[in-house]
Amino acid sequence: MIRWLAGLIGFGLAATSALAAEPALIGVGYLGVAASRSTLSLVEQPAENDGLAGARLAIEDNNTTGKFLDQRFALEERRIKEGEDPVQAATALAEKNGFIIADLPADALLKVADALRDRGTLLFNAGATDERLREADCRANVIHTAPTRAMLADALGQYLVWKKWSRWLLVVGSHDQDKLFADALRRTAARFGAKIVQERNFEDKGGARRTDSGVTLIQRQMPVFTQAAPAYDVLVAADESEVFGAYLPYRTWDPRPVAGSAGLVPRSWDAAQDQWGAIQMQNRFMKLNSRRMTALDMQAWTAARMIGEATSRTNSGDVKKVTDFIKGPDFSVAAFKGTRLTLRDWNLQLRQPILLVDGRMVVSVSPQEGFLHQVSELDTLGYDRPESKCKLK
Amino acid sequence: MLRMGRMGLLAGLVLGTAPAHAFIAYVSNEKSNTVSVIDTDSWTVTKTIKVGQRPRGIDFTRDGKFVMVAVGDDDTIQMIDAKTQTVVDSLPSGPDPELFAQDAAGKILYVANENDNTVTVIDLEKRTRLGDIQVGVEPEGMTISPDGKTLINTSETTNMAHFIDTSSRQIVANVLVDARPRFAEFKHDSSEVWISSEIGGTVSVIDPKKHEVIGKVTFEIPGLRKEAIQPVGIGMTKDDKTAFVALGPANRIAVVDVATRKVTKYLLVGQRVWHMAFTPDEKYLLTTNGVSNDVSVIDVAAQKVIKTIQVGELPWGITIAP
Repeated sequence: MIRWLAGLIGFGLAATSALAAEPALIGVGYLGVAASRSTLSLVEQPAENDGLAGARLAIEDNNTTGKFLDQRFALEERRIKEGEDPVQAATALAEKNGFIIADLPADALLKVADALRDRGTLLFNAGATDERLREADCRANVIHTAPTRAMLADALGQYLVWKKWSRWLLVVGSHDQDKLFADALRRTAARFGAKIVQERNFEDKGGARRTDSGVTLIQRQMPVFTQAAPAYDVLVAADESEVFGAYLPYRTWDPRPVAGSAGLVPRSWDAAQDQWGAIQMQNRFMKLNSRRMTALDMQAWTAARMIGEATSRTNSGDVKKVTDFIKGPDFSVAAFKGTRLTLRDWNLQLRQPILLVDGRMVVSVSPQEGFLHQVSELDTLGYDRPESKCKLK
Repeated sequence: MLRMGRMGLLAGLVLGTAPAHAFIAYVSNEKSNTVSVIDTDSWTVTKTIKVGQRPRGIDFTRDGKFVMVAVGDDDTIQMIDAKTQTVVDSLPSGPDPELFAQDAAGKILYVANENDNTVTVIDLEKRTRLGDIQVGVEPEGMTISPDGKTLINTSETTNMAHFIDTSSRQIVANVLVDARPRFAEFKHDSSEVWISSEIGGTVSVIDPKKHEVIGKVTFEIPGLRKEAIQPVGIGMTKDDKTAFVALGPANRIAVVDVATRKVTKYLLVGQRVWHMAFTPDEKYLLTTNGVSNDVSVIDVAAQKVIKTIQVGELPWGITIAP
């Protein structure tokens, strides 16, 4: 009986007994913007801790592993308000943290990267999809877990072409980021043999996203806006600014599916993703954060997990050692996408499958079958090595 | 006494004269929520048993009376009576059980609970829960050393094999392996434990005494990308000479020479091959092919696929009556 009891107590002690020496402390910073983005759909309204919640889960996961290796991870969070200097915030974070996960606009990210370069801090871009951060403006101290617009557009384009929906009606918003996404979609169409039969611009004339009789008005506007189009298979919307995209499905003049910024959307992650063991992570995330996991959460999770993966493989918390390993040829990370994720060594972009989702289900995952590549099929998404303008420094 | 003797003699006669030994295989179908029963004489499905949600890990109790099947989405392990082929009971596993291992006597069951980073310990006779052991993130692969002293658990996101002393139920060592370790298999002579890494694409060979990786089995298939090679289930012949490794979406079983740790042959089976089981006479090896919804039968001596049997949707685990 006594032995039996001792055994039971042993269960609880099993974990702690592994801790002998003082654990190595690995500091990870999270730098984001304290701004609320307004979406057309109330359901899609991001939570205040969007992104950060993913980093938190990965830190928990890393700590579970870390207790077997005498490594302890801590997350320090910082949100900058409009007008606040990102460099100052980043420098303060870098005091204690050798790694910083950033969800910043491109310009702010570049400023931070340049300011921290001599310190040896490793930055992870979890939020910005801008091509230029991986091309002309790439930096040797910035790793990108966020996919690029070209990767997202190619993932969608491969599926549309596979589906033989190759005549696209492209509708573009009036903001800069809408135009950048439209550029990516045009490139995709040219690469994979789709035809943009016509382009239309949707001007943002301002106005509230929540009104009491909104539906009535939208139901009149959208069919009119999409009428008299040349024959097309699918309407592709470029509306990152959330001005009109979500109003299009079921309201087009011709009965056609919608894709791009609404309808069938390319994303790095989705709350509905349950393949390749993802259900365990979705459950862990829900338990910790009392909400579902978004693409930004996943991009931050992946960044923090990459740090944990490298610290366990190198058995070290040394920033230089860990950074070299992450950038080295043997690095890969598992992220519930059915394949190992690796870095493109020419611009430090994480290769990854892209999900195509409709808000309820994962419809497909790109790259699609038949899109071949001599190195990795994941490199059929986005700019490839020969096209790259990046010179890492 | 006399009767016993006659019975034994009779049994011997029957076994001796039968053209082939018919065994019974049980296959868990992850999507259909069923278990397919296969007769290895006729190679046909003789019965389909309705079970709980998302059946995966499946194994016979040591006495051969029950088939245990982990039904993850119902947070339990169901017991199928092998005689009546119906679900008769369930075990108090933790949440989302996937794979499990039992001790040599068949008295204690260790269950990997993917959702809460624990291994649950169950008394099989009393069918009660004895306790939990904290392990890494997403525990999955489970096996016990032939001497019963060491339990191995692999955790998929922590990427480790945890060596657990079965008497003290404490972790004695943690060995880092390649990404997403899914399955652990001991050599019958206890000298090595083989761990498959699905995302890493390798099988790590660990010395269970030194707790060190002493070798790795790697795979290369002409015309297939590295990413498509995702090792999962492992089967080893009783003489410890040949290992079979299921390679998932590579749709192949690798035949590995255990001594040199080199692949000697790749056998094309169905799509996304998961797990496997030998017939007790080791003449045949049956593999579950998730995406093509079938089971491949491999002639072990000839190292050839001789048959394919349609089962339910997304077949995952398999066990054969002892």
